[in-house]
Amino acid sequence: MTRISYLAAIGEAQREAMAADPRVILIGEDVQSNLYGTAPNFVEMFGVERVRNAPISEEGFVGAAAGAAMTGLRPIVDLTYASFMYMAMDQFVNQVAKNRYMFGGQASLPVVYRASMFYRSSTAAHHSDRPYPMFMNVPGLKIMVPSGAYEAKGLLRTAIDLDDPVLSFEDATLWTKKQDLPDEEFRIPFGVANLVTEGTDVTVVAIAGAVEEARKAVAALAGEGVSAELIDPRTLVPLDVETILKSVAKTGRLVVADPAHRTCGAAAEISALVNEYGFDSLKAPILRVNTPDIQIPFSPSLERPLYPSARRIQEAVKRAIGAVASASP
Amino acid sequence: MPELTEVYAPVEVDRETQLEMLRRMQRVRSFELTVASLVKKGELPGAVHTSLGQEAEVVGACMALAPTDYMTGNHRSHGHPIGKGASLPPLMAELLGKSTGVCRGKGGSMHLADFSVGSLGESGVVGSAIPVATGAALSAHVLGNGRVALCFFGDGAANQGCLHESLNLAAIWKLPVIFLCENNQYASTTPARTVLSVDRVAQRASGYSIPGVTVEDGQDVLAVYAAVKVAVDRARRGEGPSIVEIMTYRYSEHSEGLLHAGAYRDAAERESWIARDPLVLHRARLLTAGVATEAELDQLVSDVEDEVASALEFAVASPLPEPAEAYADLFTTPIPQFGGMV
Repeated sequence: MTRISYLAAIGEAQREAMAADPRVILIGEDVQSNLYGTAPNFVEMFGVERVRNAPISEEGFVGAAAGAAMTGLRPIVDLTYASFMYMAMDQFVNQVAKNRYMFGGQASLPVVYRASMFYRSSTAAHHSDRPYPMFMNVPGLKIMVPSGAYEAKGLLRTAIDLDDPVLSFEDATLWTKKQDLPDEEFRIPFGVANLVTEGTDVTVVAIAGAVEEARKAVAALAGEGVSAELIDPRTLVPLDVETILKSVAKTGRLVVADPAHRTCGAAAEISALVNEYGFDSLKAPILRVNTPDIQIPFSPSLERPLYPSARRIQEAVKRAIGAVASASP
Repeated sequence: MPELTEVYAPVEVDRETQLEMLRRMQRVRSFELTVASLVKKGELPGAVHTSLGQEAEVVGACMALAPTDYMTGNHRSHGHPIGKGASLPPLMAELLGKSTGVCRGKGGSMHLADFSVGSLGESGVVGSAIPVATGAALSAHVLGNGRVALCFFGDGAANQGCLHESLNLAAIWKLPVIFLCENNQYASTTPARTVLSVDRVAQRASGYSIPGVTVEDGQDVLAVYAAVKVAVDRARRGEGPSIVEIMTYRYSEHSEGLLHAGAYRDAAERESWIARDPLVLHRARLLTAGVATEAELDQLVSDVEDEVASALEFAVASPLPEPAEAYADLFTTPIPQFGGMV
């Protein structure tokens, strides 16, 4: 076992994949200087042909990576901040997501687009977005939301192996968080949730950085005699609905903690699925712990309370089990 | 950087290639006339954009490529795969939404693709496939397989940001890509001269330190071929991208069945272009040069018309896709739709 950070784990996955397959290349702004820490010594190891500094032209290089993937390469694209994906929205939606389907299966797009969600750091509205729900609404994209170093590495190896386009939404609140990882190579399959903690009273589904907060909430609740089951879906497309439904069948209650905005979010989708397919098991309304539908403000005092925190998750669980009265939304 | 006027010069083209140019232009012409008549009769679903009048530009460019080279295009799409050598029956079947269509009925007129001839897909969104072609050139460059990529785009797409990002990217990475502007002078009804900051799109090449050339007589298939060939050879030698702009004209409206939205172009202008029809010009040249006889060319045209007729027969006789086929082809590794359709 080696203790490494979330960022270093991403770098390890990229290094292993590039060492294993010369078709894997890395494209992104400032990748050659390893500005963000996920490409240490990559130029020395793989050369500038495979480690490509991109100009600040998201639409251009996102589309170029798609074209390269359609013709024999397996690119990894580092977009750094998730908000920059909007510059390339046409390419993501009209080319990356559609080119296999629209051409009747003639194309394969083995390409991974990595973007970090840099919230809770006073970077304000242009750098703090968590936009995975927007892309969940686009058929043709697979979406991973790693909640720790282990998931970051294992899911990214699978993503690079897949012949389908993958968007990786990396949670910058976890960047420096370390974990013991196996020394041998490993992969985590897509569409298989992780049962983080078993419990009997309530199911908590948490996404990306919210998993860490939920872990704290579940521990605190245990001290109060509440047994919560914590599930990390790990990928949102595909989503492991079966594991969530099985858990709710046992607990009868569901709280979803999701750092994205509330409306049409991942939590909303999970809630709708459980409502449609698990209604008979429910003993209480499903509750969402989201970021409210406002933009992210700069001042720490304004920003910090907005995201799902251990305290907010704990409160939602208590409401779900009837320990406190339901507040108005 | 070469001077614009120096970039291309007449080239030697062998007899078979000259005949093949006429054959492919005739294929585009006959295919699209057939398609237009189907639209008129209400027998073809969706929107259709023809390149009638632009055949020399389409075929001259495609024939300057090798069969293994890549190509992307736009909504005015039929000519591109035909020019690249695609088989007609699956193209016609695609337009009729049949399961034997080249895209299995998923793409239709605006989104044809035939990967077997390097056609990586037409884009219904103007300019959107330009970065994709740039990426195909990136893969050719990194894999060192000697291929080049060509993207067709119109005068309308010349003002899309993705073109400029792709030009810069291709220039700094010296990618083997040809940015082929089909300047038919109108984006739907908007005259190019009213929305372009330059007289000729190729002038923009200087902003990216790459060669740019305009073929003023884009109805001359040999002139187009010669200009594109220079850019293709240059790309294949590893010398990077070029812009080749072809001045041409579409005879029909922006899309079939679209009524004239006011007098955005006058009848005399259209007539003057029709008077210099690319197929007629090339045929006359072949006869004058003694490349072929009247009888041989008549036979060529008649063979192509038979080919298009049998493509239509194939398309009409083909089955429509089963509704369940809508769920296929989204992913290489599929994801089941949870709970199915309610």
